[in-house]
Amino acid sequence: MPTKVVMAQLSPTMEEGKLIEWKISEGDAVAQGDIVAEIETDKANMDVEAMGAGVLRKIVVQEGATVPVGTLIGIIAEPDEDIESLLSEAEAASAVVATEEPSDAPEETTAPAETAVPDEAAAIDEAAADETAEAAEEPSAVVLPLETGLEAEGGRVRASPVARKMAAQEGIELGTIAGSGPGGRIVKADVEAAMAAPAGAARAPAAGAIGGAEPVGEPRLRDERVEASQMRKAIARRLAESIGPVPHFYLTIEVDMGRALDMRSELNARADGFKIGVNDILLKTAAEALVRHPQVNASWDEDAIQFHGRVDLGIAVAVEGGLITPVLRDADRKGLRRISLESADLIERARARKLLPEEYQGATFSVSNLGMFGIDEFTAVINPPEAAILAVGMTLEKPVIEGGEITVRRRMRVTMSCDHRVVDGAIGSAYLATLKEMLENPLAMVL
Amino acid sequence: MAVITYREALNQALREEMVRDESVFLIGEEVAEYDGAYKVSKNLLEEFGEWRVRDAPIAELGFAGLGVGAAMVGLRPIVEFMTWNFALLAIDQVINSAAKLYQMSGGQYNVPIVFRGPGGAALMLAAQHSQSPEPWLAYVPGLKVCSPATPYDAKGLLKSAVRDNDPVCFIEGELLYNVKGEVPEDEEILVPIGSADVKRQGDDVTIVTYGKMVHEALRAAETLSAEDEVEADVVDLRSVRPIDVPTVLASVRTTNRAVIVEEGWPVANIGAQLVDDIQREAFDALDAPIARVTGLDVPMPYARNLEKLVLPSAENIRAAAREVCYIS
Repeated sequence: MPTKVVMAQLSPTMEEGKLIEWKISEGDAVAQGDIVAEIETDKANMDVEAMGAGVLRKIVVQEGATVPVGTLIGIIAEPDEDIESLLSEAEAASAVVATEEPSDAPEETTAPAETAVPDEAAAIDEAAADETAEAAEEPSAVVLPLETGLEAEGGRVRASPVARKMAAQEGIELGTIAGSGPGGRIVKADVEAAMAAPAGAARAPAAGAIGGAEPVGEPRLRDERVEASQMRKAIARRLAESIGPVPHFYLTIEVDMGRALDMRSELNARADGFKIGVNDILLKTAAEALVRHPQVNASWDEDAIQFHGRVDLGIAVAVEGGLITPVLRDADRKGLRRISLESADLIERARARKLLPEEYQGATFSVSNLGMFGIDEFTAVINPPEAAILAVGMTLEKPVIEGGEITVRRRMRVTMSCDHRVVDGAIGSAYLATLKEMLENPLAMVL
Repeated sequence: MAVITYREALNQALREEMVRDESVFLIGEEVAEYDGAYKVSKNLLEEFGEWRVRDAPIAELGFAGLGVGAAMVGLRPIVEFMTWNFALLAIDQVINSAAKLYQMSGGQYNVPIVFRGPGGAALMLAAQHSQSPEPWLAYVPGLKVCSPATPYDAKGLLKSAVRDNDPVCFIEGELLYNVKGEVPEDEEILVPIGSADVKRQGDDVTIVTYGKMVHEALRAAETLSAEDEVEADVVDLRSVRPIDVPTVLASVRTTNRAVIVEEGWPVANIGAQLVDDIQREAFDALDAPIARVTGLDVPMPYARNLEKLVLPSAENIRAAAREVCYIS
């Protein structure tokens, strides 16, 4: 696939840039990350890095020329690849550029170029080991892959408001679909076409099935139904016969809450008067751990496992005459403050019996905390079709032996009930280990 | 159900309200002896006598002011302007007296008056006699402004206007007077001021309009359905102050697209206001920029062919609807 090299917007005020120097010539081979050119922005001289590999097939904008942000300046492609359509685009662009005066204003400062772009992309690649190769080729601000609805100008996707909203609800990344409207604008019909396309094509984590609150950033997981292996089917069948229909098993771990509680005290000592509860930290951590162990954020569905693209946490709330689990949507994409505000609102309205049905249906994982009732530890019953529920006990001061010494620590015991058809002991243990690790080193969550 | 003309519907409304309430009277040029320039007040002189159906001299400011004074002391005048173009001579009474006295008297005086007459273009009446006054009037706090398209709405809205305790400007249409439609005979019809009506249902594009343009919009909708497989939701505002914004928004939220049609000039008109309401309240529902179809930004030419070019047509409306539906 050919890769466009464009005049990137490297500062918020940058409207045009001057091409100082091409670092390579037409015909030279380019590897991803190579510096291909130097440009002068309104603030500094910066390097342009190639995100795609191949050969610099065409220099569209010559050294010394000043062009608007978003202008195609070069094309990287395989030696024999067809770049005709791009060349005609370039001709059209140069006709405009020719009428513009080159700006010669010297600039004194030099800031580091946008190295964050490739670094970040690499980091994402590493973190999301199970992401597809397609996702790794996500467009960056500097070099844009073709064939998507992405506009070169400042990297902003042109889409109508309703198309944007629908795409967010359906978990479709706008950059992955083509726009049929004027100037490549993605319109409702394009999103509908992407929705109708086979799953996996343009469709990232879909939230449609679960519905609900406003989107917060891009979804971090993916909706996916994976056919169960013969072994897994056997496990599902046999265990359901034994303890059915949802074969529970239980894993308990003890967590040192010292640092988490200290962190909470520090946050709550801030001048803005905003208070965060222990439960908010638990919800945040449980959600983050789910992102790292998507197998737990899943459901048994006939002979397959349905992985959920969204992390929607059920919060078990005792109400007069029973219990209800309002759902905190997209908990993995919300900060502590927002989790705190939303969960407080949900819990309050749950107690007042004022929840709407969509507010207590469709969780992907639940947390039940009986710490405030003085319970040390307990087991909770899974709310199908969720695959697990976390039962949280009271945090107690306890004698703990460390390095041969008895010291007093604040400890909390959590027990996870798992649906054995979906979550095996090893997966559940790994989830709890992550949870423990994060609660004991809460600062690491910002990494 | 009886099928009657817009003219007859207005005549019925006037008669019924004059029978119901003896404080209602009609004044204007030629309304009595001649039955009205457009025969809207036919037979009213005969039935109600010269005290309640009053011919006025050609002095718009004078008889509009007489109406405002009468309204202040307890009568319910209906002031007919032969056309709204002539009302420009009376506009000081409409705006500076009728619209403001309630507020300026600290609520001591209501001004329950109806100013009515035809507006907009008819046929070759040229620059001075083809104007659409709705945006001018809708601009003024203290006025209500109605512009019905059908006999049913004309009757129901005029009756509501007569009963309203505040000044209502009622814009009819020379080319609407002969439009026919169903109006129930033995039933009191009251159309609330400020309520829109969906004249045709469709899911693909919202066409918002009022007055004479409702009929152009409906013609365009039929073509869109037959030729383009586009089903238009045609929202007839009926009143342009206050505007029934919720009905417009409900439609736009369904169709994701809006075309606003009005006969008059494009600058600072009703559509410009509605665009603001839609973008603010239904931004996330929009799939295309809102399109507006208006008369051209020129004084109306006298020549028949040029007049036709200036006025919005079903073809213009269809083209705008195709544009917002991304049909090229």
